[in-house]
Amino acid sequence: MQNLIEVRDLRKHFGTLLAVDGVSLDVRRGEVLGFLGPNGAGKSTTMKMITGFLAPSAGRVSICGHDVESDPIAAKSRIGYLPEGAPAYGEMTPARFLDFVAEVRGLDASRKEARIREVVAKIHLESVLHQTIDTLSKGFKRRVGLAQAILHDPEVLILDEPTDGLDPNQKHDVRAIIKEMAPQKAIIISTHILEEVNAVCTRAAIIAKGKLLFVGTPVELEARSRYHNAVTLTVVTAAAGEVRAALAGIPGVSEVESTAGTATTTRLTAVPTPGTRIAETIQERIRGGAWQVDELFIEAGHLDEVFRSITTGAMGATRT
Amino acid sequence: MSRITTIMKRELGAYFATPVAYVFIVIFLFLTGIFTFYVGNFYERNQADLEPFFRFHPWLYMLLIPAISMRLWSEERKTGSLELLMTLPVTLWEAVIGKFLAAWCFTAVALAMTFPVWITVNYLGHPDNTVIIAGYVGSLLMAGGFLAVGSCISALTKNQVIAFVVSFVICFAFNLAGFPIVLDIFRAVVPQTVLNAIASFSFLTHFSSIQKGVIDLRDFVFFASLIAFWLYASTLAIEAKKSS
Repeated sequence: MQNLIEVRDLRKHFGTLLAVDGVSLDVRRGEVLGFLGPNGAGKSTTMKMITGFLAPSAGRVSICGHDVESDPIAAKSRIGYLPEGAPAYGEMTPARFLDFVAEVRGLDASRKEARIREVVAKIHLESVLHQTIDTLSKGFKRRVGLAQAILHDPEVLILDEPTDGLDPNQKHDVRAIIKEMAPQKAIIISTHILEEVNAVCTRAAIIAKGKLLFVGTPVELEARSRYHNAVTLTVVTAAAGEVRAALAGIPGVSEVESTAGTATTTRLTAVPTPGTRIAETIQERIRGGAWQVDELFIEAGHLDEVFRSITTGAMGATRT
Repeated sequence: MSRITTIMKRELGAYFATPVAYVFIVIFLFLTGIFTFYVGNFYERNQADLEPFFRFHPWLYMLLIPAISMRLWSEERKTGSLELLMTLPVTLWEAVIGKFLAAWCFTAVALAMTFPVWITVNYLGHPDNTVIIAGYVGSLLMAGGFLAVGSCISALTKNQVIAFVVSFVICFAFNLAGFPIVLDIFRAVVPQTVLNAIASFSFLTHFSSIQKGVIDLRDFVFFASLIAFWLYASTLAIEAKKSS
């Protein structure tokens, strides 16, 4: 059983609106799939179907070999789910809430105690354990939701925007927790924060208007950027014009863009025609003493630009 | 089964986590007192029974039960906790029954707190206590019927005020199903057999026979099947409204 999550040709209609249109996905143990897409793209709806909250209009989902529709209890016991907005019972304290979730999930008394203690320590909930959830900050509410999701140590984790609304330190903590758990589990996280893809994901899937437009590794995603393998130089502004002209003359350079650096320097980015490498040539020129360069780096690609071009359809809807 | 109990315990705890439970119980006791002793003329009747006490239960429930049931599902939908609950390994039926039983237990607690009335009547005279027990059982069954209606209405809306008002109106209709105020609405459009069927749904009629100590199996079956029907309707409503 390689794939812990199998999604086949999932569709969901809301009246005449086709919210999810033929999504197929596999996630194996050890993988963290980043689910990206603009708001309203169908991310949450897909996750709601994977976790068995909504019934799909067509297609099927299987969790560890259990079909979510025909065998929901078995499938749901293997999933930990953080719904969008991390809903909880506001009048309860985290201690009682976790106790309730553990009991519904059928953890026996000794394991329940041990797991709650373990999870509370891992998520750092000790300080708010006996405050009602309604009175907690957004960050703590999110963490209570995460604690609830991992309480039974599930094989499959579905997290809908786990870092939304958290401050940078809290984001870092949540990502560290996800990374730590990743080797034993199959995880799907949805996000619209692109840095998250590089930070935690082993694969990325991009969805827009209900259709899956891209599935691949973060590196493959970056490789789709027009800035992939572009070379950025920082030069003194006085020499910028000359360097710029010379860069444009190098074979394989399709365009040179300039952005402001410091007061006296300018940044020039040489964008290659797709598939060519221009870094070697440029480095040779510099070594030859042609230009005075303060800094040079090779771009991996700009995720936000790839994201924009894929979701607005500029790059065509090819799947890898 | 244990999952139903867990859900029920959590729900019952939620009632007592806020002032709602205490306010409800105090008002329920206050109103039963007023109705029994002033409107029902408990003393003036000079009879050792609790007829003036039970007689007003259908009317009190009509007003107060929707206040308990309105939050059952609409709050879950509003806060999004429904998604959490329904992705835990529980079936829809377990959730519906668990929450219904919690509301019913809560009503039973409120009803049990009226025991001073029972002590009073036993102190003053020699009532037939089996009739009183029948009255309590019947009252609780009727409360269950109202609650099941409220559960279904609550599942249909995120708005608790709407849930309250609609449940109130439906409970009112059930109370008076056998009376012209309801029957006249239908008289013009449905045949007499349907009219008789509607009349047979009257809570007042079914409750009044139990309350007099006449234990008729049909009245129990009526309330039990009514509860079952409205709980089933609740499951349909929750399922249908999930995606909105």
